[in-house]
Amino acid sequence: MHAAASPVERFRQLRGAGIAWPRYTTEVVIALSALIAVWAAIQYSQSFMTGLIVGSLYALSAVGLTLIYSIARTPHFAHGDTMMMAAYFTFFALTGVVIGSKGDVVSPIRIDRLPGATDQIWRFSFGYGFLLACVVSAILSIPVLLLINRFIYRPLLGRGSGSAIIAVASLGVAIALRGLILLIWGATPRKYSTGIRDTVQVWKLPRVVADQYFILVVALVLTILVSWLLFRTKLGTSMRAMADNPDLARASGIVAADVTRWTWIIAGVLITAAGTLLALQSQLSADLGFVLLLPIFAAAIFGGVGSPQGAFLGGLIIGVVSEVTVATGLFSPGYKIAVAMVALILVILFRPSGLMGPK
Amino acid sequence: MTDVAPILSARDIVSGYGPVQILKGVSVEVLPGEIVTIIGPNGAGKSTLLKAIFGLLPVTEGHVSLHGVDITRLSTENLVRAGIGFVPQTNNVFSSLTIRENLLMGGFIRDEGLQDRFDWVVSLFPDLGSRLSEKTGKLSGGQRQMVAIGRALMLEPKILLLDEPSASLSPKMSEMVFEKVREINGLGTAALMVEQDAQRALAISHRGYVLAAGENRYEGPASDLLGSDDVRRLYLGA
Ligand SMILES: Nc1ncnc2c1ncn2[C@@H]1O[C@H](COP(=O)(O)OP(=O)(O)OP(=O)(O)O)[C@@H](O)[C@H]1O
Ligand SMILES: [Mg+2]
Repeated sequence: MHAAASPVERFRQLRGAGIAWPRYTTEVVIALSALIAVWAAIQYSQSFMTGLIVGSLYALSAVGLTLIYSIARTPHFAHGDTMMMAAYFTFFALTGVVIGSKGDVVSPIRIDRLPGATDQIWRFSFGYGFLLACVVSAILSIPVLLLINRFIYRPLLGRGSGSAIIAVASLGVAIALRGLILLIWGATPRKYSTGIRDTVQVWKLPRVVADQYFILVVALVLTILVSWLLFRTKLGTSMRAMADNPDLARASGIVAADVTRWTWIIAGVLITAAGTLLALQSQLSADLGFVLLLPIFAAAIFGGVGSPQGAFLGGLIIGVVSEVTVATGLFSPGYKIAVAMVALILVILFRPSGLMGPK
Repeated sequence: MTDVAPILSARDIVSGYGPVQILKGVSVEVLPGEIVTIIGPNGAGKSTLLKAIFGLLPVTEGHVSLHGVDITRLSTENLVRAGIGFVPQTNNVFSSLTIRENLLMGGFIRDEGLQDRFDWVVSLFPDLGSRLSEKTGKLSGGQRQMVAIGRALMLEPKILLLDEPSASLSPKMSEMVFEKVREINGLGTAALMVEQDAQRALAISHRGYVLAAGENRYEGPASDLLGSDDVRRLYLGA
């Protein structure tokens, strides 16, 4: 099987024998990019750091997205909204707050009533209660995702519907989820905690909010875990087998529905983490997930669809490139995403299957 | 030959793609220890028959049985568990997976003796043994076919369905594939094989069937088919 020839390739073919790229083109391009990255990291260290943090949120989201797309064969445009759903579940588990007819109603059963639940860990803005709430959120989010898959995506896939139909269905899911969030928690943005956010300086790195280190580390650890699972376990191998050749997976006795279910469970953990961390970094608001959809898809495509490491790298690059180019003053902040998209287009032009996608 | 109960029997199979009926009542039988080859012109429905037997296409009429047990409506997953191995005509390996992973996926549902079986399959294809960590997509056509057959053998199937195992291989490579099929058969696995290379396939087979336009045309011992003037003229291109 051949991936479609890149425009550069086609251009070369059109020109007949045409231009042959010098032998070490790829290596030179990589080395140059690395140099630019190092220069940017020194010259614009604050923005570079912000880029890494924003990027690790994109990364975590894109890893889940890429699994859902390549294994469960669902172009999941509701990804951002399921992330926000999970973020609100965390909020609810922690604070017990929902909207009532006259202002907020607070459930008597909630995690922040536990003794010491909100005492800050290290310089983070949260205590163990927040971590516990994340776990509760995953326990609530995963069944919702499984139900959405069972009653919406799976019937469509089973009927042989094309990607476009499933994409539109997932947009429907996105809109419905956003509506539900507005209904239950209202349109006013919320926060997990109202306290001041400590900043820390680790070693000689730029000073950032302590929570952001938490975000960076969780994103990294979860991506490593997912890669380990995919490449080192039997379940992971069967997931890659399904992504590679679903018919042959069936002919090997692998039950597609089981593998898909596990994919959604793993994606559910990623979605919960990504959504909650995103809300921790900024705030809880119903639209946030949808706004993020573009960079998340960009990150997944950038890295090569189906590759979690690629999606992770793609997320970081998109984050850093958009923050740093704005910091240079050459572009106004409004162009952040545009710059990232140009970077994406350049990569796709030369490597149609992304940085780490199948050749 | 009727006093031996067949391993696999497909009787009066009607099947096709959606409303398009391709098979109009095809019957084939495989006896224990046999290699049976199905030949016929392009589009005769040979692949369709294998897919119908293997539950990849709905069987609208007719019956399939394995060791006398009706398996007509079983799902593919359950047919694999019942002891049928299938090597498709195309896309028959996980090309982004390594050889080792391909074989392990073949044994995915196996609880016991996975390692033993893995070693056994590798010993059957010594060429693969030294390259177990290589991506299957990078292998030559012949090696890929070995992986495909090896994967299907991981569950110790009672019968192996092979769809054109020699297609697009060099004469030398296809010779080797047929040799392997014969070896596997010698170790006790029955085989039902569809082939373009009728001469070579029939040469290692016990019996053969000729399909055309979704119907049985001829059947008999492989040597009779090879010797029949009609079959030679119409289907063997001799
Ligand atoms: N997926 C499909 N959908 C609709 N029709 C199909 C499909 N696959 C095959 N057919 C049709 O079914 C008929 C039989 O095809 P089949 O693949 O069984 O032939 P075959 O005997 O295996 O031929 P070949 O020797 O070329 O492999 C052909 O007319 C073909 O056009
Ligand atoms: Mg065929």
